[in-house]
Amino acid sequence: MRAPAPAWATDLNGETIALAKATLGAALVHATALVGEVQLHVHRGGLVPALTALRDTPGLEYQQLMEIAGVDYPERAERFDVVYNLLSLTRNHRVQVHVHTDEEQPIPSVTGIWPVAGWLEREVYDLYGVLFSGNNDLRRILTDYGFRGHPLRKDFPMTGYTELRYSEEEKRVVYQPVSLAQDFRTFDFMSPWEGAEYVLPGDEKGALPEAKGAYTPLTADQVQKAGVAQSATREPAASSEQYAKTTADSTADTGKGVSDPDAKPEPADPDVKPTPNADKSGGQNQ
Amino acid sequence: MTQETVAPPAPATTTTDPYVDELLDIPTDADATEGDVTIQNYTINFGPQHPAAHGVLRLVMELDGELVERIDPHVGLLHRGTEKLIEAKTYIQALPYFDRLDYCSPLCMEHSWVLAVEKLLDLEVPIRAQYLRVFFAELTRISNHMLNLGSHVMDVGAMTPNLWMFEIREDCYNFFERMSGARMHHNWFRPGGVHQDVPLKLLTDIADWLDTRLPQLFEDAISLVADNRIFKQRNVDIATVSREDAIAWGFSGPMIRAAGIPWDLRKSQPYDVYDRMDFDIPVGTRGDCYDRFMVRVEEVRQSARIMKQCLAEMPEGPIASTDRKVVPPKRAEMKRSMEALIHHFKLFTEGFHVPAGEVYVATESPKGEFGVYLVSDGTNKPYRCKIRPTAFSHLQAMDFMSRGHMLADTTAILGAMDIVFGECDR
Repeated sequence: MRAPAPAWATDLNGETIALAKATLGAALVHATALVGEVQLHVHRGGLVPALTALRDTPGLEYQQLMEIAGVDYPERAERFDVVYNLLSLTRNHRVQVHVHTDEEQPIPSVTGIWPVAGWLEREVYDLYGVLFSGNNDLRRILTDYGFRGHPLRKDFPMTGYTELRYSEEEKRVVYQPVSLAQDFRTFDFMSPWEGAEYVLPGDEKGALPEAKGAYTPLTADQVQKAGVAQSATREPAASSEQYAKTTADSTADTGKGVSDPDAKPEPADPDVKPTPNADKSGGQNQ
Repeated sequence: MTQETVAPPAPATTTTDPYVDELLDIPTDADATEGDVTIQNYTINFGPQHPAAHGVLRLVMELDGELVERIDPHVGLLHRGTEKLIEAKTYIQALPYFDRLDYCSPLCMEHSWVLAVEKLLDLEVPIRAQYLRVFFAELTRISNHMLNLGSHVMDVGAMTPNLWMFEIREDCYNFFERMSGARMHHNWFRPGGVHQDVPLKLLTDIADWLDTRLPQLFEDAISLVADNRIFKQRNVDIATVSREDAIAWGFSGPMIRAAGIPWDLRKSQPYDVYDRMDFDIPVGTRGDCYDRFMVRVEEVRQSARIMKQCLAEMPEGPIASTDRKVVPPKRAEMKRSMEALIHHFKLFTEGFHVPAGEVYVATESPKGEFGVYLVSDGTNKPYRCKIRPTAFSHLQAMDFMSRGHMLADTTAILGAMDIVFGECDR
């Protein structure tokens, strides 16, 4: 990996996956290591035993639950991903545990394993409407008292449905339906030839992005692996001058312009335009 | 306080004086609680507008007299929907939101974000940029701790140290202004490096400041409280947290170190050039408020140490990746080169694309582990950006930490937690 991201023991990824497969058994749907991070996809029903095993099995030892994140994929049948990010202090390793669910199927709560899960589950419930069975304090946490809806779902509008203002007549804050002076502006930057679902013949050759940040149909993981293979075979590009044709003679070829056009000596008075034949006849005004 | 209903056993030998009876532990006929008023637990609101709440925190407290029975923190009063907003912004536009999370340590917030984006892009960062990031992240840590340590001592009754530490904080903010042009919301880190190089004079000025003013002011201020009897009475053995509790409740940063676990992401999972830095991790022994305070005090000294090493080792060179598909060209270059103009235009309208994938990147912010769980779908906007605030796990533990303590201790407990609501509520 070339990025200066936090360097935990990613070399343990392989053995973690092997041990997780052996330990979790049928509860595990599949396990992968993408972009250097282990993802364990777990059945909803087997979540609590699986996480308990991840915490207590020697060789896994994920003592800490750092985060529970919800992700919404509305096009899926079970639209929500709930991601548990675990940290092992002893092995210096992190793992993501993914569970799928929809609006109605509850996920078993892990508050019995980590008390910190209480608020984290409340947050996922508040923002996505994912239910957690066994969490006996499943109130909203971030949104307003009496808020309706789950704002981080993809079908929840950015503006929300209500706005509040101080009403001078009623001498208090009142809620009212949101009214916008201007439409919410969002731009689709996906070119039709970039976002296309099909692959045109020949396109598979140019799968690697031309440069970092250019569009690519590859995942971050494939890009990283290709990058590792690439950097093993050749030196990294050194300078930013790769765009300038240094061999070209004129600036018209390089398109780069003169490095410092102001370098030539300026006329004494910029308002006076020197005329080429001033000594012979007439001046500027003729 | 409670009505004693059990009849006392018959007195053995009674002296005439009831006071002597009491001293000799001789039970008397008289009811010991006679005349006392039976009181019930009552519930009070602490905040949301309270100077010691460090922002908009509402604590619903159930008190038995002056003892705290239960605390239910209500957060979310500063919820601005940052995560939702980020989903509609390009990767560069999302960066300023991070300054506004923990507005006391903005650069450390940006740090997690740019590292997450770089990890997905698999992007190299020039070494000078990494040094600059580490250098100013540590300056941010100092300014953050100045605010926290100062307000903590003020919450428990001392005034002067806070004023002195705010002097240091003001110095830091002046440096930040010279670094980025902004005092608080710097928007200075970029995926691929930093936005602008800093003038050499700024670095030399900070070097002087690290040698003279910082130790002077800081050690003076700390000498007033660290061994102060009153300060110790207010903090020692208040809200002790065991190692097991600290792990189970997801503690991080100074909170887990005060509990005696030497866990620092800068050391164990080094990012940027932290692996080249030589610094120590302070740990506490008792896990109380005093330990948390002293861990932060020592972290300030270690931060200064890291900054000095950065100054000594920082090389010359580019301050951002030279990959023009991610990092825009300099403005002067953009004005004269067609290619640079195109890159500039594309980056500031469409932005760059990040290949599909998901990463969880956490850095050691001054308050603890600040993580970004970033899901990309290959477009120019994040599909999902989950921000892991440090305050969530710490504030949640407020309930068990303050149980059985006095009402006045909650301010000390809260002060030693170091919570900022921009980050907690997002």
